[in-house]
Amino acid sequence: MSDRIFAATRKGLFEVRRTQGRWRIANTSFLGDSVSLVSRPAANGTVYAALGLGHFGVKLRASSDGGQRWNELAAPAFPKQPDGVVDTLPDGKPWPWRVEQIWALEGVGDTLWCGTIGGGLFRSDDGGRSWELVRSLWEHPMRKQWFGGGTEMPGIHSICPHPKNAKELLIGVSCGGVWRTLDGGASWEVTSHGMFAEYMPPERREDPVIQDPHMVSRCAAHPDRLWSQHHNGVFRSDNGGTQWETIPESAPSVFGFAIAAHPTNPDIAWRVPAIKDEVRVPVQAHVVVSRTRDAGKSWEVLREGLPQEHAYDLTFRHALDVDASGERVAFGSTTGSLWVSENSGDSWAHVSAHLPPVYAVRFA
Amino acid sequence: MVGCAAVPRITFTSSIQRHVSCPTETVTGTTVREALEQYFARHPQARGYVLDEQGAMRQHVVVFVNGSQIRDRAAQRDPINESAELYVMQALSGG
Repeated sequence: MSDRIFAATRKGLFEVRRTQGRWRIANTSFLGDSVSLVSRPAANGTVYAALGLGHFGVKLRASSDGGQRWNELAAPAFPKQPDGVVDTLPDGKPWPWRVEQIWALEGVGDTLWCGTIGGGLFRSDDGGRSWELVRSLWEHPMRKQWFGGGTEMPGIHSICPHPKNAKELLIGVSCGGVWRTLDGGASWEVTSHGMFAEYMPPERREDPVIQDPHMVSRCAAHPDRLWSQHHNGVFRSDNGGTQWETIPESAPSVFGFAIAAHPTNPDIAWRVPAIKDEVRVPVQAHVVVSRTRDAGKSWEVLREGLPQEHAYDLTFRHALDVDASGERVAFGSTTGSLWVSENSGDSWAHVSAHLPPVYAVRFA
Repeated sequence: MVGCAAVPRITFTSSIQRHVSCPTETVTGTTVREALEQYFARHPQARGYVLDEQGAMRQHVVVFVNGSQIRDRAAQRDPINESAELYVMQALSGG
């Protein structure tokens, strides 16, 4: 079980440690700077933190000593846009070749994959010292149908490695659907079949390339099982993301951003719901976590230890995580709270109510 | 040569120094871009803080030349003379 959590926030990275049965903030890095994401530790223990310095751009830092010291790495960046090449979004606005934000970081063996707002997927084979745009995806003609969801540019927020096959990788794009490679990134296909978006014009509702999967999470021990919290609701795949099934009911609502798959039990997943698209606050102002233990047929509403009166916390897509045991679950909120459970969500302890807005939570 | 006004000089805002060291230095060049390129050749880590990957000024970074903002944010071809004082600073934004 993990005794350590990193919380990436709008104004710094906070390390939370469990000591003598209590979770306390033990260390702070990058105070004052926006940390858009923190990675799970790589196989060698390195933790990566992505910064979005409002004035000075996107940066990537790495720590090999658990967050005491950080080194600056190269940040993923697009190649120079060739003269005369005009890239536009579906609405005709310019689509600059520019990394706006690091939105996904996952290690697979010696390769580090990075998804960005801006729409580029990048890979590094030298621990983040240099990056290469994954051109096979960027140059895919259907990529130009992606559009922004909540941000002006589309972004890749989920990267789901296949634990038994290093050449298979699945990514989630808002808004661009789910994409999969079976050959280590040489070629890609869109695999959001079965997802639908009722808010789109009828002729586009089932179009795989316009889907908005807010988050995609894979069960590590049963990699064919994937979960997605989509803008339209919850979807599940039982075949590695080839086809998706709708989960029509989820208490107390189907809307939200975060979803986390249990690491070993394919039928368990957690999500942090909100009312709906137009009202992004908890249902009845009660902060709750929804958990299924039967592959989405039913959902328990977990609320012990969570605020049940006038609570307007929203949880962003990367701000929910589960440790390798499946017993410890943590989530953070836009209003600066962080909660942790040691019993798979049955009850929760409040670590802090006064953090900056939480972007990402990761057990380490 | 600090103190000699015969060559352009670049100064960076103190707020950038928290992230990357950017000492004030003299440079040569006839445009802002040439001056910046010479500076980045000496301090390669500073480049990504000032320019994006397409070579444009970052949206919230501004360069003043003798007290006036440059106009060519995409390519920084604004001319400079040998007594130019370049000042690189952050735009005032955010909260």
